[in-house]
Amino acid sequence: MSAIDESPDFSAHHYANAVSGERAIVLRVQAGDQQAFGELVMKYMQRAYYGALGLTGSHDDALELSQEAFARAFRARATIDPELPFYTWYYQILQRLCFNLGRDGKTRREKLAEQNSWLVAEAESRQPHNPETQLQQEQLAACSRAAIESLGNTEREIIVLRELQDMSYQDIATLLDIPIGTVMSRLYTARKRLATQLADLL
Amino acid sequence: MTNKTDFEVEMERVRGLMMAALDNECSAAERQALQQALQQNPELQREWRELQRVKEVTTMMSVRKPPEEVWSSYWAQVYARNERKVAWILVSVGAVILLSWGLWQGVLQVLAELDMPDFIKLAIGALSVGTVILAVSVVREKLFVNKHDPYKDIER
Repeated sequence: MSAIDESPDFSAHHYANAVSGERAIVLRVQAGDQQAFGELVMKYMQRAYYGALGLTGSHDDALELSQEAFARAFRARATIDPELPFYTWYYQILQRLCFNLGRDGKTRREKLAEQNSWLVAEAESRQPHNPETQLQQEQLAACSRAAIESLGNTEREIIVLRELQDMSYQDIATLLDIPIGTVMSRLYTARKRLATQLADLL
Repeated sequence: MTNKTDFEVEMERVRGLMMAALDNECSAAERQALQQALQQNPELQREWRELQRVKEVTTMMSVRKPPEEVWSSYWAQVYARNERKVAWILVSVGAVILLSWGLWQGVLQVLAELDMPDFIKLAIGALSVGTVILAVSVVREKLFVNKHDPYKDIER
């Protein structure tokens, strides 16, 4: 089970349902209603934070960029299409901010070296009675974290959306504005790369 | 179309089926098609087992949760950002107006000096006008050109 399952927005929602409920809120936002925008922020803040966390690997950056993306979204509210899911539109801003982060300041790798990994392996705590198995699981978990970290932006993004945010192919395709076939080919590329990285342990 | 291209197309199809099967995104018919393809190709069988193991590994990973306080103050921080942005715009506009007015007053006073050589007055006038043009140009670029530059977000 994912650590972010308690957020109602992480289940495989179909965007059509989201849009119908959101349209009225988005129209209020476009009229300058900050309270309505607050509703959108509260609805999507966890999803935005965890999305940014997967892309940046840093709690501080994820918080900073997801909030900045919301602030920019409000300033650009006139360009929101009320007929489309708000989060899809918002994600374009968030993704750009996160991908551009690498251009400024410290590299992702340097930052990650300074803090705890943003990923945890549940299996680390599942085998308390067998030290040998536990050691193997810990080693696998550590290597898995490193392997996911070593993926490029696009590959890590697709793994995060599918495995950590538990999104369906259709939702990922809508979010990234790509065909479902591309979702599958990106997943294949990412998983093959992970398989290569973890070849000795699999 | 060459045989190799056909082979590549078929491999792409099977790999797509592998992904869909791993993520429970395929129908019974697609799953059956995958099984048939795997039975005919030992190399694909090896790849399938490898990808299944990767799936197991990534499934056991989850995201580290932030402290609960993050959520309670999240909206307030977004609101403060918007508020601060408005404040910065007001401060900037006010500063530009006041500095421009001060500069203009300074120039007028300098030009009124009777014993100052004309070429100095001319230089001060050129410096002032040039500074204003530069400031306006920078502001215009920030506000308008960047906004409409289709390549501004391209990572170079």
